Amino acid sequence: MSSKREIDDRFNKFGRVSFTAITKVNDFVDHLEAGKITGTRCKDCGLYFFPPRADCHQCLTSNMEWFEVSGNGTLVTFSRLQYAPAGFEEDVPYYIAVVDFGDYKVFGRISKDVAENEICVGMAMKAAVDKLPNDRLSYVFQKA
Amino acid sequence: MGKVAIIGVGQSAFVRSYPGSIRELVFDGFKEALGDAQIRAKDIGASVVCSAPEYDKQRSPAGVFAEYLGLNPQPTFYVETLCSSGSTGLRLAYSLISSGLHDMVAVIGFQKMSEISSAESQERMGRGADIQWESTFGTMMPAYYAMYARGHMEKYGTSLEDLALIRVKASTYGQLNEKAVYRKPVTFDMFSDPENRMSGPVASPLRVGDCCANADGSSCIIVAGEEKAKSLSKKPVWIRGLGAASESVNLAGRNLFSGLTVARKAAEQAYAMAGIGPKDIDVAEVHDCFTIAELMAYENLGFAEPGEGKELIRNKETYKEGSIPVNLDGGLLSKGHPIGATGGSQIRTVVLQLREEAGDIQVKNPEFGLVHNIGGVGLYGNVSILGR
Repeated sequence: MSSKREIDDRFNKFGRVSFTAITKVNDFVDHLEAGKITGTRCKDCGLYFFPPRADCHQCLTSNMEWFEVSGNGTLVTFSRLQYAPAGFEEDVPYYIAVVDFGDYKVFGRISKDVAENEICVGMAMKAAVDKLPNDRLSYVFQKA
Repeated sequence: MGKVAIIGVGQSAFVRSYPGSIRELVFDGFKEALGDAQIRAKDIGASVVCSAPEYDKQRSPAGVFAEYLGLNPQPTFYVETLCSSGSTGLRLAYSLISSGLHDMVAVIGFQKMSEISSAESQERMGRGADIQWESTFGTMMPAYYAMYARGHMEKYGTSLEDLALIRVKASTYGQLNEKAVYRKPVTFDMFSDPENRMSGPVASPLRVGDCCANADGSSCIIVAGEEKAKSLSKKPVWIRGLGAASESVNLAGRNLFSGLTVARKAAEQAYAMAGIGPKDIDVAEVHDCFTIAELMAYENLGFAEPGEGKELIRNKETYKEGSIPVNLDGGLLSKGHPIGATGGSQIRTVVLQLREEAGDIQVKNPEFGLVHNIGGVGLYGNVSILGR
C-alpha cells in the first residue's frame, strides 16, 4: 500500500479523460472499483441524485447516503459519435445516451457489446462498471 | 421607468480565420455600430463585452478593448453565458440604462475561434457541458443536440428530410449575406448523396450539413435610454420584451428531450413583458447552431405547436414570403457561429428589418421582431422582442 495521500484525487481515475480530480463524492470511484455505480440520496428529504452530489439544494444540508444504481432503466435518447473531442479520438465510433431509472436518470456511454442495430429509444438497459486501461474506471449501459 | 432602445448596430464579416488580433476584430463591429448610431466613443457610458473566455489567450479582454476602442475611462466589464452571451449583454445593458446608472451602453460581442484547432475547439465547447460527469465520456455539442434530434424524431416523427429543409432555407438566404462565412448553395439532394460532404455523419442523426461552422467575428449593439434615443436616432428600435432562463447542465437532470425548456420559459417572459403573443411576431432570428435547434425553436417560441415545427418548414412558412420568416440572414448555419458575437449579429439583423433597411431580405412592414439566443445545449436561454 502506498502511504496516505495528502490530496485525495481519486476522482482522477474516473472515465477516459477526467477533467476533475477532487470532489467530496470521491467515494464514487471506490464504489466503481467494488463493482457498484452509486448515486446519493438526501436523508432529510429523500431526493435521489445522479450524478451523486455532496449537498442537497432543497434542504441545504449535506446529510447524504449512497445508493446503488441497479435494476433496469429505459433508453431515453442517444447519439453515435463519428468524431470525438481531443483525447477521445481512438474511441470512435461510440454512443452516448441518457437512461431513465425512474427516480433518477443516468448519462453515459452504451457498451460496445450492444449490437448497433438493436439500439433504440425505449429499450431496457442496465448500468455496469467498465474497467478501462491504465487502471481507469467508468460505467456503460448494457442490454438488460 | 423610461423605454430603452437600440440606436446602432454593427458586425464584422464572419470568417474562418480572421487576419488580425482580437482587439482589431472587435474594432470592425464597433466602428460600424458607431457609424450607424452616428455617435463617438466618448458618448458611450459603459461597455459590456460578451464572449466565451476559454478561446482567448488574453485574460480579461474587456479592459484591452476599452483602451483600443477609445472607451477609457468609462467602465467596462465581461459577461458570459456561452453562445447566448450577446443577448445576456443586451439584458445587462437594458438594466444599466433603466436603472439610471448610464444613458448609453455598448454591447460588444466577439470570438476568435481560429486560434485553436477544431478538435480542441470541440473539446472546449464540450466543456460547456458538465465536465465532472459528462465530458469524461467524450461529449461534444453536435452529440448533445443530436440527442435532442433523436428525442424529437421519436416523439413527433420529424425526419432527416425536415432537417435538411432547414439547411436549404439557411443556404437560400446565406448566399445573399456578404458577412456570412458559408455562402455556397446547399441543396436538398446533397443530403441523400453519400459522396457529398453535407451527408457525412457527425453525431447521429446529425450530419455535416446539420451543423454550423466555427467562425471568427465581432458584433456591437448601441443601447440608449428613451430621451437619448429620441434625440439621436431617427429610427430607434425599442426593446419591448426580455426573457431569460437556465436549466440543469447535466442531461440526466432534465425531463424534456424534444425541446428546450429555457427557450419556452424565456419566450413566455418576453411575450408577457411585451404584451404580445407569437402571432404578433413579424420576423425572427433563432439560434440554429444545428438544424434541429431551429425546428425546436419554432415550437418553443409558439410559432408552432409541439411536434408541428416540421409543418412550418415543409410549407415554407419560415421563408421570407411565409407567415413567420425565420433567419433571413442565413442563420448560424450560414453565417458561422463566433460564440460571443452571435447574439449581437442576430439582434443586428432584426434591428435592420424593423428599420426596413434589410435590403434583399426585407420583410414587409414589420412591427415586432424576435431574437432567440441559446447558450450551451439549452443551458441558458434568452428571448428578446424588439419593436418599432
